[in-house]
Amino acid sequence: MIFNDFIFYTLAAILLFAGIRVITTRNPVYAALHLVLAFFTAAGIWLLLEAEFLAIALVLVYVGAVMVLFLFVVMMLDINLDKLREGFWDYLPMAGTIGLLMAVEMVMILSGKYFAPTTVASKSADYSNTAELGRVLYTDYLLPFELASVVLLVAIIAAIVLTLRDRQDSKSMNPAEQVLVKKQDRLRIVKMDAVVETPSVEDPKADKEKS
Amino acid sequence: MDFLANLFGSYWPAVQLTSWTLIKIIAIVLPLMIAIAYLTLAERKVIGFMQVRIGPNRVGYFGLLQPLADGVKLLFKEIILPTASNKTLFLLGPVLAIAPAFAAWAVIPFDATLVLANIDAGLLYILAMTSVAVYGVIIAGWASNSKYAFLGSMRSVAQIVSYEIAMGFALVGVLMCANSLNLGKIVMGQAGGFWHWYFIPLFPLFIVYFISAVAETNRAPFDVAEGESEIVAGFHVEYSGMAFAIFFLAEYANIWLVCALAATMFLGGWLSPVPFLPDSILWFLAKMGALVFFFLWFRATFPRYRYDQIMRLGWKIFIPITLVWIIFVGAMMQTSLGYLFH
Repeated sequence: MIFNDFIFYTLAAILLFAGIRVITTRNPVYAALHLVLAFFTAAGIWLLLEAEFLAIALVLVYVGAVMVLFLFVVMMLDINLDKLREGFWDYLPMAGTIGLLMAVEMVMILSGKYFAPTTVASKSADYSNTAELGRVLYTDYLLPFELASVVLLVAIIAAIVLTLRDRQDSKSMNPAEQVLVKKQDRLRIVKMDAVVETPSVEDPKADKEKS
Repeated sequence: MDFLANLFGSYWPAVQLTSWTLIKIIAIVLPLMIAIAYLTLAERKVIGFMQVRIGPNRVGYFGLLQPLADGVKLLFKEIILPTASNKTLFLLGPVLAIAPAFAAWAVIPFDATLVLANIDAGLLYILAMTSVAVYGVIIAGWASNSKYAFLGSMRSVAQIVSYEIAMGFALVGVLMCANSLNLGKIVMGQAGGFWHWYFIPLFPLFIVYFISAVAETNRAPFDVAEGESEIVAGFHVEYSGMAFAIFFLAEYANIWLVCALAATMFLGGWLSPVPFLPDSILWFLAKMGALVFFFLWFRATFPRYRYDQIMRLGWKIFIPITLVWIIFVGAMMQTSLGYLFH
């Protein structure tokens, strides 16, 4: 158990460090990379809890997909940090209140009697976290699960529709049309004599330059 | 042994387990490194023969020592750090490229018993590791502070992210058939001869997976990330010596990895194709080698895809095909023909 505790506190320390660096570092690329580190360590903590499916899903979805797109955008855009920092003191009271509320809520949840840490019976070796989660998601919680996925789908489509600008001047090709092109459409074969008489050169200047 | 046991006291079993695991890791990584080295030679030889050339034949018999010579040459070359680059991330890039490429091998079953970590979520672990591999490319491209490198990494990332989806969906079909995420169980689900292998009921997914695998590893004809004629060498243009070699190693390790995965998922892993021959790791190696040969063959024969066509192929063709086939497989499983898909 001591070994587990040691790993937990190491991971927790790294997680806290990474989280703080995300909001304090000046370079947005560094911030995104520290967020990646935070996700990784969080996955490690979940692995300690024997929640391997959630841990791997966290790495797969957030590190492998979401953060890649974040980095992609952060690297592509030229973000002016000074402009972002302009309203810092105006927003501070509001943000501070929300942050405090969240902290209080978290403390209440963790110290409340319904969420008090209980000792979980250790599972047998062939217990599959993944299968168990899948069973619960697709039987007991089928409707909420489907609802959540529909909400996500709507959000995705809404994001695309809101940003879609139908540009008139953009040039694109229709691959189906390209594939269907026949030889007759593009190519014209012209009959020519095999030997064409070369016109005799009568340019005294050119001759002079040569000699 | 007794002395060591006394030294570590009650920690001795843990120490033993750790060192035993380390030995196993070395037993996987060392042959893998050799396989990578000789894949570079095989590539040059095979493409050479396809183009009616001889290929490298000076160092050792048939050029067999060529990979060693190349390795020594790269080791002794200077590693140049561009002045305008971000030094930390510049050096972190190759590490992030090669670490996932090797780490993913932890769950690959070479045999019924030869597997380092027989975990239940093995397939998810591999998908997670291969998706992490993109960080090496993106960080290398950005930290180099060079237009070519940056363009290359942007192309590569967009391509890898796109094809990961098709690849993931193709593997979803497999885990529907196998009813498990454990790679060992997936292989055992294909027992009983080659007509039980998943590539037959899941043929469209197999094709999509393999083509996506070529795109994922940034190989020709999807190698716009390197695109020699447009952006010199893409994301690793600023790297020299061993740092460049690490990217090279990662690329070839990934080729072996996706082929090992294809052999495990669709071609029955270590199982023999006919019941009267014994199952063995040799079958696995043979299937992997045959698939790797396709990579070389593609490179020698196909011209490079145009970038918008790559994106179109990934998003508008592969993803719909996989989605349709997954629904088809799911529906067929509910009918009396469901046994065909197990």
